[in-house]
Amino acid sequence: MTLETLLHDFALSPAWYFTAGRGLLVIIILMSIAAYSVLLERKASAWIQGRIGPNRTNHPLIAWIPGIGTLLMKGGFIQPAADGLKFLFKEDPLPGHVRKVYYILAPIIALAPALVTLTMLPFGEFSYEGQKHIITLCPGADVGVLFMFAISSLGVYGIAIGGWAANSKFPFLGAVRGSAQLISYELAMGLSVLTVFLATATPNENNPLSLVAIVNSQTGAWNILYHPVAALIFLIAIFAETNRHPFDMPESETDLVGGFHTEYGAFKFGLFFVAEYGHMIIGSSLFILMFLGGWHVLPWLPTVGSGTVASLLGVAAFFVKLAFFLFFFVWVRWTIPRFRYDQVMRIGWRVLLPVAILNLLAYFAWYALRG
Amino acid sequence: MLSADNPTMAIKIVERRPLSLAERTYLPQILAGLKVTWDNMVRPPVTLQYPDERPTIPQNYRGVPTLVRDPNGREKCVSCQLCEFVCPPKAIRITPGSITENAENAHVEKAPQEFEINMLRCIYCGLCQEVCPEEAIWLQTQYSMTGTSRDQMVNNKARLYELGGTLPDSHHKWDKKKAEAEKQADGHH
Repeated sequence: MTLETLLHDFALSPAWYFTAGRGLLVIIILMSIAAYSVLLERKASAWIQGRIGPNRTNHPLIAWIPGIGTLLMKGGFIQPAADGLKFLFKEDPLPGHVRKVYYILAPIIALAPALVTLTMLPFGEFSYEGQKHIITLCPGADVGVLFMFAISSLGVYGIAIGGWAANSKFPFLGAVRGSAQLISYELAMGLSVLTVFLATATPNENNPLSLVAIVNSQTGAWNILYHPVAALIFLIAIFAETNRHPFDMPESETDLVGGFHTEYGAFKFGLFFVAEYGHMIIGSSLFILMFLGGWHVLPWLPTVGSGTVASLLGVAAFFVKLAFFLFFFVWVRWTIPRFRYDQVMRIGWRVLLPVAILNLLAYFAWYALRG
Repeated sequence: MLSADNPTMAIKIVERRPLSLAERTYLPQILAGLKVTWDNMVRPPVTLQYPDERPTIPQNYRGVPTLVRDPNGREKCVSCQLCEFVCPPKAIRITPGSITENAENAHVEKAPQEFEINMLRCIYCGLCQEVCPEEAIWLQTQYSMTGTSRDQMVNNKARLYELGGTLPDSHHKWDKKKAEAEKQADGHH
C-alpha cells in the first residue's frame, strides 16, 4: 500500500475505522490547536509586555530527553497539557442558584457547533487516479459556506444559555451583549461574503456556494485583491463573531467580572474556552478559504504537479496561514482596548452594514454594466 | 482681567479639529498600535528570572542591618543604645555588658552582651546606622531575609556579626584614645 492510497483511503473510505479515525482527528486537531492557541496567547502577550511567558512547566519524562527537554520547557510547550489537566481534575462545583440543566448544557452547546463546522472544513485537495478529491474530515459533503455560517452562529446559544442559566447579573449582561453583537455583525458578514460568491459562482454550477469552487477560482490572484472592502468587513465581523478583542463584549473582564462564564469553573469553563478558540479557527479558516487562496501557496504561483507532495504542501500552506491568523487575533487583542458597547452597536449598524450594502450594490452595478 | 483673548497672557489655544475620515475609521491608529506592539515583541524581555538570576545591588543599598568589627577584630559596638532608642519600630534590643578588666580592649569598657534585631519589626529606615557614633551598625546589601519561624527572623549578636563582617576603616579611634590617655598619664608624673 503506497502512501498515496493510504491517504486516499483515510480521506475518503467509508470503512468504520477510517470514519472513526477522522472523527478522532477532528477532536485532536481542534483541542490541540485550541490548547496551543492559549499558549500562543500567553507567550505573545508576554513578549508584547516585555515578559517571558510560561517557561517552567515540565514533565520528568520529557525533561530527561537531552537538549529538547529544556527547549520544550523554555518554550512552554508542556504548559497546555498542564492547563488542560488542571481543568479536568479541579473540583467542579454546581452553584446552588443556577438553572441546573441549562447550566450543564451551555458549554456543550457552545462547543458542539465548533466541532460540527470543523468536520465540513476543506483544507486541501489531492488527486487519485486522475480524479481530484477534497481533503476534509467529512468527505463527500461539500455543503458550502451557508452551512458553515448557519452552524457556527449557533455557538452564541452556548453564551446566551450559559449567561441566562447562571442566574446572576453579570453573566446575564454578558449573554445579552453577546447575542446583540452576533445579530449586528452577522448581517454585514453575510453581505460582504455575497460579493465574493457573486464573482465566482456560475449559474449552471451544481453548488454555487461551494467553498471548494471559491478556492479553485483563486489560482491566480487571491480574492482579497478583488474584494478588499468585503475582506475588511469580513475580518472585522469575525473578530466580533468570535468575541475577540476589541469586541469581547460578552466577557469584558473589566466591567462584567468574567461575563457569561462568571459562574463557571473547572472543565465547563475549559469547554467554553476551547469553543472560543474553535470559533477563532473556523472564522480564520473561512477568511483564508474565501480571501487568501485557501491551500494555494502564493498568488500567481503555478501548482507544483498534482502528486502527494503538492497536496501535502497545500495543506501545510493552509495551516501556516491559519497559524498566522491565530497569531493576528492575539496580536490585535494585546494592542487595542475594548470598544464601548454603544460603539460596538454604532460600528455594526451605522458603519459596517451600510458599507457592506454599498459594496454589494457597487459589484451589482459593475456586473450589470459589464453584461 | 486675563482671558483667552488677552494677548498679554501666554496661553496658546490649540484648535481642536474634528477627526478626519481616516481617523474615524480607527484603522490608521490600529495599524500604528500594531506596529508599536510588534516593536515590543521583537525587543528582548526585561524580566529577571529571580531565583536563577540575581539583581546587582548597589553599594549604598539599605538592606538587612548588621554589626561590624574593625580590622583588628574588635567589635565596634560599645552598647550605647542610641540605635535602640532611635529605632522607630522598636526592632532593636540591646543587653549592655562590660568588657572584663584584663581583656585586650579593656579601655573601651563596654560591649553588648546580647544584641537582637527583630527583622519582623525592622522597616529598613537606616536611622540606626545614621545615629551610631561608632559606625558599628550598617545596612548592607543583603536584601532577602527569610525564615520558617518567628524566632528565625530575630538576628542575634552572633548572626549580626556573621552578616556584617569587618569594616575596613583605618582610624582606630579607641587605640588613639588609649595612646592619648597613656601619654597624659605619663605627663602627670
